[in-house]
This record gives sequence, C-alpha cells and structure tokens, in this order.
Amino acid sequence: MEYKVLIGLEMHCEISKTNTKVFSSAKNGYNNAPNTNIRPVDMAFPGTLPVLNKEAVKKALMASMMLSCTQPEYLCFERKNYYYPDLPKGYQITQETKPAPIGMYGKLVYECKDELKTVRINNIHLEEDAASTDHYTSVSKIDYNRAGVPLLELVTEPDFRSAEEAVAFLETMRSNYQYADISEADSKKGQIRCDVNVSIMEASLDESNPENWGTKVEVKNVNSFGGVRDAINYEIKRQIELKENGTYDSMEQQTRRWDEESGTTIYMRDKVDAIDYKYFIDPNIPKLKLDPLWLEEIRKEIPVLAFERKQKYMQEYGLSNYDATNLVKEKEISEYYEECISYGVSPKSACNWITSIILGHINKYELKITDIFVTPKMLADLIQVLEKGDISSKQAKEVLYDSLKEDKEPLKIIEEKGIRQIGNDEEILKIVKEVFVENKEAKEQYKSGKTNIVDFLVGQVMKKTRGKANPAMAMQFIKEELER
Amino acid sequence: MEYMSKSILEIHEDLKAKKVTSKELIEEATKKAKEVQEKYNAFVTILEDVKPVEEIKTMLSGIPYGVKDNYSTKGVLSTGSSNTLKDYVPFFTATAIQNLEKQGAVMVGKTVLDEFGMGGTGTTGHTGIVKNPWDTSRMCAGSSAGSACSVASGVYPYATGSDTGDSIRKPAAYCGIVGYKPTYGMISRYGLFPFTSSLDHCGVLTRNVQDAAIVVDAMKGIDKNDMTSWDSSSIHLYDSIDGCVEGKKICYIKEICDIENYPNATEELKEHLENFKKTIALAKELGMLVEEVHVDQTLLNAIASCYVVISCAEATSNMSNLTGFIFGPRGEGKNYIEMMKDYRTKGFSPLIKRRFVIGSYVLQKENKDRYFFNAQRVRRLLVDTWKKLYETYDAVLLPVGSGPAKKPEESKEILDENTQVLEEHLQVGNFGGFPSITIPNGFIHGLPVACNITSNCYEDSTALNIAYALESKMNYKNQIAKEGD
Repeated sequence: MEYKVLIGLEMHCEISKTNTKVFSSAKNGYNNAPNTNIRPVDMAFPGTLPVLNKEAVKKALMASMMLSCTQPEYLCFERKNYYYPDLPKGYQITQETKPAPIGMYGKLVYECKDELKTVRINNIHLEEDAASTDHYTSVSKIDYNRAGVPLLELVTEPDFRSAEEAVAFLETMRSNYQYADISEADSKKGQIRCDVNVSIMEASLDESNPENWGTKVEVKNVNSFGGVRDAINYEIKRQIELKENGTYDSMEQQTRRWDEESGTTIYMRDKVDAIDYKYFIDPNIPKLKLDPLWLEEIRKEIPVLAFERKQKYMQEYGLSNYDATNLVKEKEISEYYEECISYGVSPKSACNWITSIILGHINKYELKITDIFVTPKMLADLIQVLEKGDISSKQAKEVLYDSLKEDKEPLKIIEEKGIRQIGNDEEILKIVKEVFVENKEAKEQYKSGKTNIVDFLVGQVMKKTRGKANPAMAMQFIKEELER
Repeated sequence: MEYMSKSILEIHEDLKAKKVTSKELIEEATKKAKEVQEKYNAFVTILEDVKPVEEIKTMLSGIPYGVKDNYSTKGVLSTGSSNTLKDYVPFFTATAIQNLEKQGAVMVGKTVLDEFGMGGTGTTGHTGIVKNPWDTSRMCAGSSAGSACSVASGVYPYATGSDTGDSIRKPAAYCGIVGYKPTYGMISRYGLFPFTSSLDHCGVLTRNVQDAAIVVDAMKGIDKNDMTSWDSSSIHLYDSIDGCVEGKKICYIKEICDIENYPNATEELKEHLENFKKTIALAKELGMLVEEVHVDQTLLNAIASCYVVISCAEATSNMSNLTGFIFGPRGEGKNYIEMMKDYRTKGFSPLIKRRFVIGSYVLQKENKDRYFFNAQRVRRLLVDTWKKLYETYDAVLLPVGSGPAKKPEESKEILDENTQVLEEHLQVGNFGGFPSITIPNGFIHGLPVACNITSNCYEDSTALNIAYALESKMNYKNQIAKEGD
C-alpha cells in the first residue's frame, strides 16, 4: 500500500535579542552562571507582578509579519495553569488562540531540494520560557536564568509531506529569525525546540478532506533539526507497520516523546489524559492596543530575508544556486557581500573571492565574518587593483591571505612589499624571448598543431617572473611570436 | 499624655511643636500594640528596636503605623497569615509601603488577616482569631481584621489594608473606624500578596476621613512594577477635601435599603436600616440631593456568586506559586508532586482549600463558560449598572452589612440568603474598581455600624468629600473602641 504523510510542526524559538526578559527586568542572556539573571518575579516571590517588555512584543510582531499573519487589534496574555518545578508561578503567561495571539493565519514559502513549497501558518504567539532543569539520580537542579525568557511558538498546518520538507522549513525559519535580529536561533543553546505531529493516510484518498486523515500522533521535545527528521521518519515507519499489521485503527490520538538515545518515540499519554490548562486572561497585564502606525514602523524594519536575497543573487547577478546559498547562509555574510558590491566590484568576482577565500578562512578558524580584519571595502579595493591589471590574481590571492593572517590592509601590503604585476611591454617581451630561446622546438610543435603549447609557454613566463607577469599580455606576445 | 489616639494631623502638629518625639510615639505605639495583642490578638509581628524618624518633613514623618501582613516587607516576617509562609522574610518591600517609608512613616507592626485575605471574619489567620475591641465575643470581620482592630484600639492612627471584596470596608465598619480603598490602580499592588488580581486593592484604615486621604496620598503613584497602576500625580486627595457638598447628588438602592425586602428581619437589621435613614437625612441637611433608585433584584442577587467564581478562579492560579520549593517550609515526599502536596495540605486552612477546589472547577474546560465566563458577564452588567447611576449621581450611599459585628457562630461563611445582598454589595466596588469609603454612622447595642460611599472611577475626591461632610455632622470621628461601653 502507498501512503501519504501529513506533518505539522510546533516550533518554539527563544527571542534571544532583547536586553531583558519578556515580563521581567532581568537580563535575557544565555551564557551566564546559573541563577544569576533573576529578579524576584522570575522566581514568583509573593506580590511580584509581570511587566510586558515592549521590545519583545516588537520582535514578535515582526515575526508575525514575516509569516504574513494578521496582527490583532489588542494584545492579550493568558495564564496556562499547571504545576511543574521549572514553572515558579504555577502558570505560564502565554497566548491561547482566543481572543487572538500575536499572529494568525499566515503562510511561508520555503525551498526544499530546489523546489518552492508553501506551508500555512495557523498562528504564532508570544510567551515566556520555563526554567531549565537538570535531573540527577537523587536531586534535580533548576536554573531560573531561562525562566521568563521570551519565547515564540509557531504552529503550522499539517502541510509537510516529508521529513525533508519539515526540516527545510525549520532551516528557513531559523534563518529568518537570525536575519530579523529576533534570535540567534541556536539549537545548541536550547533556543529552538519542536513538537512534531505526524499522521499517515492512504495515498489514493483526497487529503483536502480531513475525514480521510489518519490518527494524529504528537511527538514532544525534539530539540534538534536532525532529531525532527529522525523522529518523523521513525513515526512514519512505525505507523506504516501498524497499518500493515492491522492495528492502526485501534491506535488512539496520542502524545509521544522523542528519545534521542534510542532514536525512538515513547508513549506518554493519550487524548483522554490531556491536561486542562484552565486558561484565563492574566488580569495583571492590561490589554494593549496595537497602534497601526507602530505596526507600520515595524513592518518597514523587516530586512530582506535570505530567500529573497538568494533569488536576487541568482536572477540578477547570475550566481549559481550553490554560491547564492552559501552567501545567504548567514545574514552577516550576505551583508558583507552586498557591501563589497556597493563599491563597484562586479557581483561575480566579489562572490568568487568571498566564497573561495573568505568563507574558507572563517570556516577553518571557526570565525564569524564580522570577526575578520578584512572589511568589504578592503576586499573591494583589492579586487579593483587586480581588475586594473596592476597585480596578478595569484598575487592578489597571496595578499588577501596575508591580510587575513597579519591583520594588515591589502593595499598596504602591496605597497610595502612592492608587489605589482609586470605589465610593461618591453620587460615581458624580453622574458618571452628568453623562453623561446630555452624552448627552441616550441614553434615547430605549434605549427604541427600542438596548440596547447601556448599554455605551457605562458606558464614558463609566469614561472620566470614568479607570477608577476600579466598572463594575458604574456599570452599575446607568445601567440605573436608563434605566428611569426 | 496619649498621642496614638489622636489624628495624624494632631500628632503631626505635636511633633512639629516638639511636644513629643518620634521615639516616644514609637514607644507608646509598641506598648499599646502589646496590650492589644494580649487582648485581641491583632498582630503577627510587633517590631522591636524600631528606628525613629525625627526629621519632620511630611505629615506622616515620625508617626507609627501598622501594615497588614500580606504586604511584602523587606527583612520583616510577612506571612499572609498563612502557615505556608509562616517563616517567610522577603527581600523586597511593597511599593505602597516603600512610598510610606519615603514620607518618613514608621512601621511598628504587622497585622493579622484572614489567610491571604480570603475570608471575611478575621478568624482564619494562622495565629488565631482577632477579637473585636468593642466586644471580644464578636469578630472584627475581615480580612483586614488586625489592622481594623489595632487602629480602633488606638495603637496608631492608621494601618494599611487590602480589599478584594470588602476586606477594608467591612472590618472598618465593625470596628467603628474609617476604611478607604481608592480607585483600582491608584496604589501599586507590587508586593501585595495576590488573592484576586482583578479585584485586589490596597487601601487604608483610619479614624477619620482626612487621615485616610493623607495616607493614600502617600501610598499612591504610578509604579513601573505594576502595569495596572496609573499616574495620579495631579490628584491631591487631602487638598481636595473642602467639605463642600451642596448640590451633590447621591442615591441609595431601594432593593438593598428597604426593610420591606427583609421579611424575617432581626431587630438589629431593623435598627441598622432605620439608622441609615438618619444618615440620608443628614445628607439632605448638608444640601445634597438624595434619591432612591431601583436596581434589578436578580442582578443584585448574583453579586455573591459572581464574586465567588471570579475570586476563587484567580486565587487558585495566584497561589500556585506556593509549592514550598523556592520559599516556605519544604514539604516531604519521594518526588516533587508529593512534596508539594504535603506542603499545601499542611499549610492551607480548609477554607482556602475549598476555594481552590471551586476555582479549579469553574475554570475547567467543560465548566468555564457556564461559570467563569458567565461570572465575567454578570460583573460587566453590574459595573455598567453602577456606571449608569454615576451618569446622574456623584455617589451611591449604602448601609454596610446587616448590622453590627457578629459572633463567630454567625459567621458570614454561612450565607444567609435573606440578607445576602446587604452583606455582599460592597463587592461591586471591586468589580468596577470604584473608590469606596466606609465611615461609622451609629451604634446598635453599643456596637458600631457604618455606611459606605462609592463613587465612579477616578472620583476619589468626590467620595472623600461626601464622607468628610457626613462625618463632620456625626459624633464618631476619631473614636477609640471601648469594651462593653
């Protein structure tokens, strides 16, 4: 039997780029000693009250707009009540779908294996993160640094048809969050966590009719993209097996847990055990009217995202998919590239220099592009010197490597070391003649049809000048000499 | 010479004239507090070695006062009168108390309340029953029982209270003093242990109306830690009291005040409502226009259940932070659930547990619309009804309760359907966030009774002015409780 897979995602991403937490004046920071970024409200000391962080709202609104969601007229927050030691208040301040979260009913176009796909977004809402816990055999340790960190929860419709699509979507969102300066979106720092919904149905049935859908299985706590892929594939395989052995229909809608170590999903609870969170509007946070002018300002601040930049690089600049993908992988790299072009360098050569040397360098030394000494202006200057013919491309490469290594401006290196290309007719002609003297049989061979002798002779000229000769000029003189 | 039975203004003048020092005032207040503790059990904590404030910069400088024990006070035990926090010493001070401290006010004691403010009797605090200083066989009402008792007994001129249903205004009535809660959000709730966030108000208990205005002037102010607080810097309550009430329009509600509505009325109730008529007459004498209005009896009858649903629902959630993990005595058990259950089972009184059960029940998915959302709708109807009255009238004047203080065996927890509306109507002041003040207006069998003036939001000075004018025409201003008088 052939099956279709319906996959939906709940993607939680911390907003890491605000100074303070979402309802607290404590610092929003990851890399700190445990239990240092805390105010009384983060540990729910009696009498403390939440105070909404406008910056977090702004970033959440931006995310909502990036997903083409509608924004509510008034912003409300609700309490989700449950007891767990990582939740000091005994409730999480969040947004249920009623009255209205920060974003409703949007969509996102993303790329999967060179194909454009669209996923519908059910909603995106702003909430607070819980504390982080570490469980040991006899004790558990709680770090309240994370308690109250702003968190965006995005819920998609079940529009993914494979694990690859789901992961491609997550990668797009991660990039979008990074581009919009909303979050570092680093799953190693626990900033991204996902819940995955998977169901299967017979391939021949009409998927637009929900009655044909299979039983929804929710897999919780998947904390890496690799995990998302594996969990989905595991569930597909497991559910197909149930179909094949005839037990699928007796499976209840259920919640399972992804177990990274065994690479399996483990049963947690079914629908009847679903927790009633007793949502109600938090009376401590007055509803906030969203000023349309403010929304317009935020909309204007949304940067051009990776997807659009990539399209532009390919269509307008004629870059390959591969190069364009590399250039938009990080916003900083893309910004670097675009700045370099802005100085008049051709998009193609800027791309070549950045993807071959600069990216190689930062990958090798695990740097960020913003960490390196060579600025886009310096790179542009170097490329321009090269394009004028003052230095050879081999020289230019050496200069760039030196510049990266020695933290010295390329132009300065060229000046100090007296590097220049031999572009003087007489000088080159003299060397060409020497080469012909040393290779007397060359002319004969050329005449007999061995035309690749030209490249060999140019190579000899370059060798003699240790790369300083202008290869184009050398070739021209060699050809003239051969034709003579 | 006794100073603590005087008004704030009088004490302030004496301090300025150097007739007395802050240190001496503190000694007197502490001594009285200990006597009152002995007799009526009004305090959770009586502070030792209180630092006097001898520099007299404001009307409150150097003058002792009491704080209800559900206000967070840095370095001073703050229990909420609950075993769950019996050893809790906060490391921050509530904004309202901080504001008083800035004015030089001197806290000398923390007063008993009904556990976390949940209750109207003054009998459920973890340190025991607070007795009424007019008759120790009776209750003070609650939840600000200790504050009412200590102010009425002359320990100091004022104590802070909090009011979720009538928790300032009811005990003030039963103790023969003034109880005032200003408009919602005028005083920051930061540091007040929450009971029902949408109904909780900070306020004060004093022995005269001017003192209430002076204290709230000091407590109020917008606070960056409380999003529901608002800027009242242009409002000066004490200065706005001029006694000018001529031409003010007030109303009373027939369905609440008419003895005909209470076929089984006790003698006390009859006297109470008869006495209320005298207050109406006084108001007219003062040149106010007083009219009788009608409010749908069915709507009035819904006040109590509306309050129960909303307050219990929010309370269940508000007190979910009490797990014993971060503060409070940690419970015992094999895992966190057992530890939490142990702590909460031992820590909370049965009354509170009952309210938690109600709160959870009304919020459950299958009950939420029938109970919680309907209660919100009733709340809206009631507030709209009162707002409608305020289109015509400056204030609503009503009797407080069904008579004087009750004995524990006639506890308000046993709802008397007959007089329920009389007992519960002050809750409308919390539903709407209205400024509301209770003043004594007479005696029945030697026990004080009171009336209440409630105005529209932000019209605090109107309510205070009317209260002040009525107070001036009666003989109960600055009265000190006398047992068996």
